[in-house]
This record gives sequence, structure tokens and C-alpha cells, in this order.
Amino acid sequence: MNGPSNRLSSKALVHFTLLGYTLIALFPIILVIINSFKSRRAIFTDPLALPGPDSFSLAGYAKVLEESNFLLFFGNSLLVTLVPLFLVMLFGAMAAWALSEYRFRGNRLLALFLAMGIMVPIRLGTVSILEIMVGLNLVNTHLALILVYTAQGLPLAILILTEFVGQVPEELKEAARCEGVSEYRLFFQIILPLIRPAVATVAIFTMVPIWNDLWFPLILAPGPSTQTIQLGVQQFIGQYATDWNSVLSALSLAVLPVLVLYAFLSQHLIRGLTSGAVK
Amino acid sequence: MKKMQTTVAGVTLAATLSLGVQAETLTIESWRVDDKDLWEDILIPAFNAEHPNIEVRFNATAPTEYDSSINARLQAGTAGDLITCRPFDQSLSLFNQGYLQPLNGLDALDNYQDFAKRAWSTDDGETTFCLPMASVIHGFFYNKAIFDELDLDIPETRDEFFATLNTIKDDSDYTPLALGTNDQWEANQIVFTNIGANYWKGEEGRLALLSGDAKFTDDEFVDVWKEMASWGDYMGRGYEAQTYGDSQNLFALGRAAIYPTGSWDISYFNNQAIFEFGAFKPPVADSGDTCYISDHTDMGIGINPASKNGDAARTFLDWVASADFADLFTNEVTGFFSLSNHQVEVQDPVAAEMISWRNDCESTIRLNAQVMNRGTPNMEQELWVVSSQVLNGTLSPEDAAEQIQDGFEQWYEPQSK
Amino acid sequence: MKRAFPWHLIFFLAPAVLIYTLFSAYPLFDTLRLSLFTDSPDGVRQFHGLGNFFTLLGDDNWSGPFWNALWNNTKFFIIHMLVQNPIGLLLAALLSLKDLRGARAYRTLIFLPTLLSVVIIGFIWQLMLSPLWGVTEGFLDFFGLGFLFEAWLGRESSALITLALISVWQFVGIPMMLIYAALLSIPDDLIEAAHVDGASPWRIFWRIRVPLILPTLGLVTILTFVGNFNAFELIYAVKGALAGPNFSTDILGTFFYRTFFGYQSQIGSATMGATVATMMFLVILVGVMLYFFIVQRRLTRYQW
Repeated sequence: MNGPSNRLSSKALVHFTLLGYTLIALFPIILVIINSFKSRRAIFTDPLALPGPDSFSLAGYAKVLEESNFLLFFGNSLLVTLVPLFLVMLFGAMAAWALSEYRFRGNRLLALFLAMGIMVPIRLGTVSILEIMVGLNLVNTHLALILVYTAQGLPLAILILTEFVGQVPEELKEAARCEGVSEYRLFFQIILPLIRPAVATVAIFTMVPIWNDLWFPLILAPGPSTQTIQLGVQQFIGQYATDWNSVLSALSLAVLPVLVLYAFLSQHLIRGLTSGAVK
Repeated sequence: MKKMQTTVAGVTLAATLSLGVQAETLTIESWRVDDKDLWEDILIPAFNAEHPNIEVRFNATAPTEYDSSINARLQAGTAGDLITCRPFDQSLSLFNQGYLQPLNGLDALDNYQDFAKRAWSTDDGETTFCLPMASVIHGFFYNKAIFDELDLDIPETRDEFFATLNTIKDDSDYTPLALGTNDQWEANQIVFTNIGANYWKGEEGRLALLSGDAKFTDDEFVDVWKEMASWGDYMGRGYEAQTYGDSQNLFALGRAAIYPTGSWDISYFNNQAIFEFGAFKPPVADSGDTCYISDHTDMGIGINPASKNGDAARTFLDWVASADFADLFTNEVTGFFSLSNHQVEVQDPVAAEMISWRNDCESTIRLNAQVMNRGTPNMEQELWVVSSQVLNGTLSPEDAAEQIQDGFEQWYEPQSK
Repeated sequence: MKRAFPWHLIFFLAPAVLIYTLFSAYPLFDTLRLSLFTDSPDGVRQFHGLGNFFTLLGDDNWSGPFWNALWNNTKFFIIHMLVQNPIGLLLAALLSLKDLRGARAYRTLIFLPTLLSVVIIGFIWQLMLSPLWGVTEGFLDFFGLGFLFEAWLGRESSALITLALISVWQFVGIPMMLIYAALLSIPDDLIEAAHVDGASPWRIFWRIRVPLILPTLGLVTILTFVGNFNAFELIYAVKGALAGPNFSTDILGTFFYRTFFGYQSQIGSATMGATVATMMFLVILVGVMLYFFIVQRRLTRYQW
């Protein structure tokens, strides 16, 4: 039943399936990038062809780069994603450590209070978040988004990290304490490095929704200088919806930095994800 | 143009430094994303030539998000100094909430007739809160090359219109009508209120609805939806998922013969279309009938009371009321017709054609623009939804009329029995 | 523990608790509170009891759209459960096969769409499915299936399903990764033992591996549920806030946006927006509770 030929064909089937799905996942993206390098007429008449000498054109890119602030938008997105990411990791790990290490009154209640944020999306609080931000005069600032995204990311981070901190061997902590290491040093110099893979796991779950968010930029920071790339692309496309050269180039430009970033980060992130293994 | 802008900016800067005068910055909020270049390259430099000390920025938000976002930002206190005003109820509501400054006493207002000011005045006509800027006229564009090729004449009556559509459909591969229903608003703003004016006799029908003498279920309204129900046959394959941008593309690439639209699209096709195009007005029932056109007061400009640059803002409005602006705006922002009393010679042939309809036909504004959008359910939104369903063939004209009338009666006193 | 005041406790907990309380917990509670108020036309806020809820559920102008959005949202979720998670499981199972060449490349590439913005995904698929551009039609034609093509995104009957499938396409990487990680954490000797006993790979998968990863499957379910009942971006990007045709793609997120923020000449209302948000909160709460009390309990019993 497990003959070599059978095994070979089942292996081929596995690769066929995975390859097929990979193609489905990539095809639309590749198509957009290919067509962004073509002239307007060629985009319409032969969308599936590669750009050739007659059809090659950079008109869309020229227009997009001249008329929009892609670098600014990208910088804004990076800022409002990376700062909350860092804060969530740091504050999340600190809180997780406190919750799992120290016994104090209200510990479980506090853990439950924090976990509620996983179930209840922060978006439902938009009405009053906007009022708070107006009150603090933070509308149209990066800080507004950073605060909201940090608050949004913390609950899941704390939940996952608590479990990992709990797995740190008791002896290790006792040994350190016997040597007179302070609680602060114990956390920052011993515990934090130990749970790094878990932190990477949390990073990806925190980053994806923030990077993709259109809701809060639309409501809290729609101004021209604080627009994130999502909002910028959305409005740019709205503006030039009829100019497909520009639309396709704008899409490609919005995709490419993510691809580059992903190429750099994917090994770390995925290694963290699989070695840390969400239980 | 860019060069001139920098020179102007340089002069401004030098003047500011030497005299120690604080230059003021005005931000204009607008939904005209398409006009961003025109403002930055032509209109603002022209203003700065006269008023070098006032810096002006043009901040555009996508049209579908403009109203909600400006509302939220006025509340939050983050809106710009000058607010581009939608006509009638929307701006009136902003004024009632205290988000637009009354303009009474502004000399610039004398340059406008009452009909233009009506769109931005209180119901009693006492107070005007936005300066009228421009109107748009609705109609149809047609591809002259296709019309020549198929030997077609410009249709004047509805029978001729449908005969033309049938010829295009039967004798060629062109799509007769470049129109989609994905975005929904076209179904109301450039179809229903465009062709409808001839059915309900313009102002007569509109005012009858407001006085309660007519109902949406009356023939003159239902018949418009009946005509729309037959349009589906002439629209492109998959028109249900066709966006407004798709329709523009379809016509610009020469793949469709007729494009129902408003005058604001003239500048787009002047840039994009590779063929000559013309405009014709909505067809009438019988040859020789009085024609009615939807000539819609579309855009005004008002002052945010929270603005710290109130004087500069008033200076800007004075300039908007000038003959120079009227000329620049009408001829550079092609397809928007200045509402001021200054005589402007329209240079663009298609724009000149459309504005000439004012001489032959009776003008009316969009059917539901005044008062009718005030209640819940919101009539503008309902009209988008039912009209696009009628075009899609998923709602009967009678049911569409029933639904609109029903919503109207729920809150509008003169309509409820 | 120590007698001295636990400063370190404050130090470790304060930042997270403060930010979370101020910008997440408080706004949520405040939203619940705001749903009991109403604004008069001149902008004065006054207590209104459950009035907004009576309006939302009792007035046809509100209840029709609300139930429609809730039902559409449920369909959106069901499609994800039926399509996204089984595909995720299948891909994860294949990826976790021993000695699979190129596993890393596959999982990296398949996860890629998840990182792209929903807005971009929306536009890309709108282009792909556009009858004007004809990529999909041309593709179907190639297999002689051109007659199957329709303007899927424009039909009342198919728009929501199409959007749900686009969302599945984008997010399938998340269940795939979670399940994949769980499968990898199963000890090898367990599988080996079964193998030695002569169990077929198929049997090993269903009888040993799947039961062991049930908690992860539960986590995937609940994340899908919460994610779907919060969805907004994709529909907004592709169909706009009116979620056409005829509100057939309107889900709670877009309904909330229109109510709170307004749309075109409809003016937004903070208090009605809060009321819709409160209903969404209740829906999600009920869903999560059902999950914890019914599913999670059984899972734990099954496992130990």
C-alpha cells in the first residue's frame, strides 16, 4: 500500500496542491505589477501579456510619484505601526510578567479585565475615542493612532505572553533572586530575552491589523500630513480611478514596500511563530 | 505655471520678511479632488497675484466622504477656514449647527441673483451663508466618430433616442450607453433627475411635490423609472459591477457611443478622449415640446466661524465674486458655470453648447435637493438605491415610486394625509 | 511576598493597564453609556433611556437595515467557516508533512496576501473581476467556461459571496499558520508509534493529529467570528459605505459607519452610532459566551 510509486504520486499531488494555491495567492498581485508597466491601451487589450517593447510604459509611475506623497504616507504608516508594535511588546511583556509572577489581590480580575479586549473590538468605542481625542486636541496627529493601536494590541499580547512567561523554569528565577538581582533586572535581562520567540509571534498578530487598518486613520487622522498609506492609496485611487496607468502603479507602489519588508522579516516572524507555537 | 508659483511664493516670503507682516494661511475644504491641479496651478496663483500676503491651500476629500468628514471635522474643530458648500439642506444643517458664518453685509453677494443665492440661504431667505460658486448642467455626451460611422443624427425626442440606441446596438459592436450601477449615485443624479425634468416639467413638478399637490406615485414620476427600466438592454455587459470610473473609461476609449452625464465631465474627456465628442440635451416626448434641463446650483463657498483668519477669508470671497474669477473658473474648470452676474464668454465648444440650453429650455435644480433630503429615511440615499435597482431590473418602477413616496410621507407634513 | 510597597508591581502593570483602560476599556463603557442618550437638533445631549434601542429594533427604517446587516454578517462568517478554515487546515496539514521540500517557500508566499492592505486587495480584485477589463472572463474562456462569467460583484445574489471569498483569499494564511504551528508542536514519537501500529496517514491525521489540535481549531473559530463581525474595510473599499446593490453587502461594520459618521446627505449621529455599537457588542459577547460555555468546555473534557 505504501509502495514507492504510490508515495511518489502522492508527493506530486501534495506539491501540485500547494503550488496551485500559491499561484492563486500570487496571481492577482503579479498581474497588477505586470500591467503597471504597460501603456494604457495595452492594459486593456491584452491584460495577460508581459510588457513588450511596444507596450512598455512608465507613465503611471511618473504621474503617481509626481502627484502624490507616497513616501510620506509610507512613513506615516511605518510610524503608526512600529511604535505601537514596540509599545505593545514591551508593555505587554511587562504586564504578562507581573500577572503570572506576582500574586496580589485582584490578579485574576485584572487578567480578565485585560482579556476582555480580545473579545470586544476597540472599534466599537470609536464614538467616545473620537470625543477623547478631540478633548485632548489629538485629532490629526500620529499620537492619536499610536495610543489607540497600542491599546488595541495589548490584550492579545498579554494573553499569549502570560502563558510563555509561566513556562520559564522556577529554578532560574530563584537562582537570580538568591544572587540579589532586582526584580527589574530579572525581567529585562533574563526573562525578556528568554521569551523572544513568543514576542515575535505576538508581533505578527499585532502588526497585521494595525498596518491594514483603514478605520481609525479615516476617523482620527484624515489630514494630508498624517494620512497612512491605506488612506492615501484609497483616496489617490478615488481621485484617479479612471486613469488605470496610475491606479496600477499606485497599487504596485503600495505593495512593493510591504514585499520588501516581508522578505526581511518573514524568516524571523515565521520562525517565532512556529518555534514558539501557539498552544 | 509651477515656476510662476514659486516666484510668487518667493515674493511673498521676501515681503513677509522685510515688512515683518505675518502671512495668513487659508485652507479650502472641497470635494473636487479632480480640480486639485487647477486650483494649485491656476486659481491660487491668480489670487496671490493680487493678495501676495495670503497663502491658500486646497484640501480635497473624496466626494462620497466629503459630507460626513467635513461634518465630523467641523465638530472636532479641525476643519479648514473656507468650506465648499453643497447646495440646500446639507449646508443649511451646517449653518443651523453654527458651523457656517452668516455672510450678510458682504458686498460680494450683490453680484449674484436670488435664484443662485437661494441654494445657500435660510428658508425665509433672510440669511445667506455661502457664496454661490458654480452650477452644473446635465445631459448626454456622444462620440462624434461613432455617430458619423453609423450615420446617426442627434436624437431630440424619446422615440428618436431609442431608435438611435437600437441602431447602435444592432449595427455595431459599440456599447450604446456607458453607464454602470456599482456606485449607485449616477442612477439618481445623472439619470433620474437628468431625464426626469422633461417628464415632471421641471420646477412645476418639483414645487408640486413640495406643496403636496403631487406624489411620487403620479405618472410623471413613475414614467421616468419606466424609461430607466428599459435602459438595461443598452448598457454594457456586467454593468451592475461597472463603476463610474469604468463608465468614463468605456467612453474615453471610444468603446461606447453615448454617455449620460453632467457638464463637470467635460474637462476629463477633453484630456482623455482621443475623438471629438458633443453634447445633447435630454430628449423630449414630442418634437416641439418645451424642454427642461437639470441646471443645478452645485457649489458654494462659506466661512468656518472657528477660522482665525476671518478677514483673509472674506478677502478671498470678495475675489471669488470678481469678474476675473468668473472667467478663470468657467474656462479653466471646464464644465462648472460661474453663478455670478458677470458676463463670461465660454470658450470650450461642448461647454458652450450646454450653457446655450439655458436659452432654449426651462431650468430646474435636482428634484430632491431642496427640503426633501431633510428627513429619515434619507431621500437622496433611497433614490440612489431604488434608481439603480430599476436600472438593474430588480425593482419595478411602480414599487420604486411606492417606496420613495412612502418614505417621504413618513416625515413630510404636506405629503402625509 | 515582600512587605514593602510593591513598586515593581506598579511599574510592570501601570503602562499597559493605563493605556488599555483609557483608550480601550473606558471608550467601550462610554459607548454603552452614550447609547442611552440622544442629541436634539440644536446639539444638546439628553438622557433617553432605552429609546434608541426601541428606535433601532422597532422603527422599520432602522430595524430593516439592522437585521439585514446582521444576517449578511452571519452569512459572511459562515462562508469563512466553510471555506477559509478548511482550506487553512488542508494547507497546514500538507505543509507539516515530513521532509516536504520547499515548505518554507510555500508558507511564506501563501501568507503574503494577509500582509497586504485590504484596500489594495479590494481594488485588485475589483479589477480582476471587472467585466470591462475582462481578465476573469478571458481566463474562463480559456477553459471554455466563458459563459459562466457574470458581474458577480454587481449582483444582489452574488456580491456578498464574492466579497467573502475575496476575504478568504486574503486571510487564509492566518488559520494556516496557527494550525501549522499547532501541528508542528505534536511530539513526533506519538505519530511514530501510530505509524508502527500500521495506521494509515489518513487515519493518523483524523484520529491523532486533529483531536490534538482541537484547541487551536477552537481559537481559529473564535478569531474568525470576532474578526468577521468586525469586518468593514473590504466592503467599504469595494462597494462604498452604501454597500450595494440594494444593501446586499451591508454588514454591521458598514451599517455602524453610516449611522455614526453619516453618508452623503444623511447626517451621522453619535448616539445612534453608539446604539448600533452596543448591539454589535452584545452580538459578539453572546457569540463568545456560547463558544466558551458550549464548545470550549467539551473540548477540555475531550482532551483530558
